[in-house]
Amino acid sequence: MLSVKQVCICPAGRTEPLFAPLSCDVAAGEVVTIMGPSGIGKSTLLDFIGGHLGRDFVGLGTVSLDGCDVTHRPAEARGIGVLFQDALLFPHLSVGQNLAFGLGPAPRDRAARRQAIEEALETAGLSGFADRDPATLSGGQRARVALMRALLARPKALLLDEPFSRLDEALRGDIRDFVFDHIRRQGVPTLLATHDAADAEAAGGPVLRLAPEAP
Amino acid sequence: MRLTLTATLLALIGAPLWADSWDETLAAAKGQTVYWNAWGGDSRTNDFIAWVDGQVSAKYGVHVEQVKLSDTAEAVTRVLAEKSAGQTEGGSVDLIWINGANFLSMKEQGLLHGPFLENLPNAAFLDLTPGSAAVTDFTIPTEGYESPWRLAKFVYTYDSARVAEPPRSAAALLDWASANPGRFTHPAVQNFMGATFLKQALIELAPDASVLQAEATEDSFAAATAPLWAWYDALRPNLWRAGETFPENESVLNQMLNDGEVDFTMAFDPAAAAAAVEKGLLPDTVRTYGPEAGSIGNISFVAIPFNAAHREGAEVVANFLLDPATQARAQDIGILGSYTVLDMTKLDETQRAAFADLPASAALPTEADLGPTLVEPHPSWMVRIAEEWAKRYTK
Amino acid sequence: MTGHEGWWLRLSVLAAVTLGFVAPILAGLAQTARVAFGLDAGLSSDVAPLAALAALPGVGTSIALTLWTGLASTVLSFFLAFELVMWTGGARRATSWLAPLLAAPHAALAIGFAFLIAPSGWIARALSPWATGWSLPPDIATVHDAWGIALILGLTVKELPFLALVMLASLGQLPVARLVATGRALGHGRRASWYWLVLPALYPALRLPLYAVLSFSLSVVDMAIILGPSNPPTLAVAMTRWFQSADLGLFAPAAFAALLLGLLVALTIFGWHLGERLVAAHARRRLARGWRALRAPRLGAAMPGVAGGLVAAGLLALLSLIVWSLAWRWSFPHAVPERWSLALWRDTGSGWVHVLAETAQIGAGATLLSLVLAALWLEGETRGRFRRARWATALIYLPLLMPQLAFLFGLNVVFLKAGLGVDWTAVLWAHAIFVFPYVMLTLTEAWHALDPRLFQTAASLGAGPWRRLLTIRLPCLLGPILTAAAIGFAVSVAQYLPTLFIGGGRVTTLTTEAVTLSSGGDRRVAGMYASLQALMPLAAYGLALALPVLLWKNRKGLLGQG
Repeated sequence: MLSVKQVCICPAGRTEPLFAPLSCDVAAGEVVTIMGPSGIGKSTLLDFIGGHLGRDFVGLGTVSLDGCDVTHRPAEARGIGVLFQDALLFPHLSVGQNLAFGLGPAPRDRAARRQAIEEALETAGLSGFADRDPATLSGGQRARVALMRALLARPKALLLDEPFSRLDEALRGDIRDFVFDHIRRQGVPTLLATHDAADAEAAGGPVLRLAPEAP
Repeated sequence: MRLTLTATLLALIGAPLWADSWDETLAAAKGQTVYWNAWGGDSRTNDFIAWVDGQVSAKYGVHVEQVKLSDTAEAVTRVLAEKSAGQTEGGSVDLIWINGANFLSMKEQGLLHGPFLENLPNAAFLDLTPGSAAVTDFTIPTEGYESPWRLAKFVYTYDSARVAEPPRSAAALLDWASANPGRFTHPAVQNFMGATFLKQALIELAPDASVLQAEATEDSFAAATAPLWAWYDALRPNLWRAGETFPENESVLNQMLNDGEVDFTMAFDPAAAAAAVEKGLLPDTVRTYGPEAGSIGNISFVAIPFNAAHREGAEVVANFLLDPATQARAQDIGILGSYTVLDMTKLDETQRAAFADLPASAALPTEADLGPTLVEPHPSWMVRIAEEWAKRYTK
Repeated sequence: MTGHEGWWLRLSVLAAVTLGFVAPILAGLAQTARVAFGLDAGLSSDVAPLAALAALPGVGTSIALTLWTGLASTVLSFFLAFELVMWTGGARRATSWLAPLLAAPHAALAIGFAFLIAPSGWIARALSPWATGWSLPPDIATVHDAWGIALILGLTVKELPFLALVMLASLGQLPVARLVATGRALGHGRRASWYWLVLPALYPALRLPLYAVLSFSLSVVDMAIILGPSNPPTLAVAMTRWFQSADLGLFAPAAFAALLLGLLVALTIFGWHLGERLVAAHARRRLARGWRALRAPRLGAAMPGVAGGLVAAGLLALLSLIVWSLAWRWSFPHAVPERWSLALWRDTGSGWVHVLAETAQIGAGATLLSLVLAALWLEGETRGRFRRARWATALIYLPLLMPQLAFLFGLNVVFLKAGLGVDWTAVLWAHAIFVFPYVMLTLTEAWHALDPRLFQTAASLGAGPWRRLLTIRLPCLLGPILTAAAIGFAVSVAQYLPTLFIGGGRVTTLTTEAVTLSSGGDRRVAGMYASLQALMPLAAYGLALALPVLLWKNRKGLLGQG
């Protein structure tokens, strides 16, 4: 379970926060959607939760996973996966190597690693793509590889930052279903930031709206 | 009489000791790398030094590394800087190709190791009587602080395809330059060769050339050089670029002769032109001659700084340079074309034969072309001439 | 998350750069000053240094020449580079023609250029005697001329491509087409639109490179020896000669002159800065008064031709080096050598292979050292998630703005006093002082341009900072890193004064050899060393372009940013 308590974010050097303090709990397999006008700070909120907040912002409040406070841990020690609107596959690695990066050093056995990667590719409907250059994949294929890579890292929570906004209208529905389907199947608590009501609807979970703090 | 006796005694006692100490020098030298600081503007000399390296490496296990200078003064500066920094051993300069003012300056400031010439076995082939050319550097007795290695004599070289009858005196040169403006020049006076050109003219023009053998004073300098400056004032407007600018050294002047920018070059080496033709650096129509009244001659030396890190190796190299076979090779115009510094009468038949067999060339002057050899003025003259020239002609 | 991330890393890199690069410069400067003001008993003379300097013949002319050649060449390079960039419309294609000139060290270019324009040079040879009627070269001062025109042109040939490249790189971030279209839509010429709309937007990115060019041109030694006036020479050449003379009495005035040169550079940069503001104020008034007053500088139409001509001359100069190295006899007025020969190249015993190896070793070492430091510095910035402070920028670029002569002499004395031996490692380090700023200059933008979300993704997958650096950032930056390495290598190969002063003559590189040989009598040997000197950085650039293509031939996503 991912819990966010009394989180608010101020631009560095200023005292008025971007939005009113936010608290929510996300249960395993649940997708909570955060909506709000652009510029309100949806991405910044996800940055804070994931541990990527830049110096130009100051974040307050706590983030905990399964009751364990991770607010002061560096990003790599939190176990919170991120998916952006671009798939952001590492351009110098093959598709298989990208997935292996998500796998981390945990299974040392080469055969076991290969099998995990093959399985992930099969799940994504991309069997035999292990040696491909990510730049040669279609947008939809890339999005699926990105999700698989994030899930292979066995995250304790997942943050989705407008993950479908760059996709074709035709593809969007399929990918959305694919993503939410796998999130539920793996039981990962997930926060989705979007401005697309259709995303929120497909996510099926509670919807939180960010609004400027009342004066 | 007593002196002779002492010398004889020393020779008797010293001989076996001498052999021992040379063996010790050889042993100590083995494995050393000698940093020979030598002007690097002449590729024949550079090649010769590389050959010396090969020879002494094979024979004595001494490696020679040439530090190519664009001016010998650089090495003097380096030793000086080391001395002022208190570095009295392990210095970076082991051997310097040197003479004249640089030698005097180092000797006076105690920057030289020695005397060491008598330690060298091959010094036996030299004429060591006081005052002889091999132990006198610009009128200064070398006192064993440097060892000779090549003979130099001032000569002009011209292209016979363009100049039919070259001028053989300072006066004639002035006439020729007036008739052919822009076709003659000399290296910059800060450069050794440029200063030598003026010294040569000074000897020819001075009212009394004998004063040049003593250190220059304000009065003697003014009196002796007055005709020189009058002559030069007349010559300068007809020089290349109207005497506003000068080639840096004689190598550049050589190149200008080759390019046809001027019709003359000069050298401190009668065989330089012949060797340059051989190397494709000058047309085969060049000829070399000396002024009728004679030209300045001197010997180039090698000296060892007081703080040289590889003193023994440097002595081995200096000794090798005096070997008759080395000297014969240096005289070969295909190699270096430098006349030998050895006293030929001290050589045996076979040693002499090596010199007789050397190749000839049309660009090589005959004895008649060269004229007599004049002794160098005291070094103070060269220093003063260079200063006075800079004062008069630098804006 | 916390501000202390990478704190130790930043501190160590800062310490390394400060102690390794900046402190020696300051120590050298201090020692030069000690000698100049007669505080160093061993190396100072009794006469007041200023009086001694003033008494040296030709000092006034030397100072005037320094200012004139430095300013004229910088202004000329700046305008011609801008004209060239305007003429190509900002197309990056043009860079392939500039690359050889950019890569070629100053000395090599100067040696080739001197031959090209000499009265008996290549141009005269190609036109004689059929067009000129010269059977012998004319007695005209085209090289070493008293006005320093040859030096100004030579400097321009070298700096024009550098400035043009900086302009092209910065133009990529400007809406040039829109700016020019706006100007033209309002009824003004293309050139006027470039001068009044594009140039002001472009200028801030050019400021630092221009100051570096200005500082370099005022204090250049190798090019000025080869092309500049000789009687008297520029101040920098004159003092190099005094430093190397046997006369101890010249040290103090030379050191004083070195400080004076530093002051001249500072004042000139300050003056240039004032000029910038005046021009900007004037331009704002004109713009405020309305569009109709806008015109491009006159004479302008011919300027792209002049710029193109200088670039062509530079390329011909480099070609002439190779031709000379293959010639046996080549006399006036033959347009090509009468006899060719491979003798020089075949003669591997003559030492060129050794010098080549030493140059490569020093260049590779200095580049590697600088790259590691630069990468660690930039990684420190990445981890701290902040922009570089101005003082840090100043620290990095200090060696580019400070005239080398002002501190190299003092540094050499410091070295001697400390009893440190001079060998190639000392020279390597001295080179790194100048290589590091260029590596930083080249690498910074590409480093920070990488999408930060790539690293957030990697972190969210559990990768720590070192793993992110080694497995994501460095491989993704292979292209820019190799480009920075090639530039760093070229900078090292071109260094003359640091090798001369710190190497103490024992360490020879292609550059010191080429400069020495340029005053020798054999153009063929000088041509060979200078071609090697020019070809080495070019080979490095070639490698920097080819390696990513080879290694990433199956990674299309990376080749776009090469």
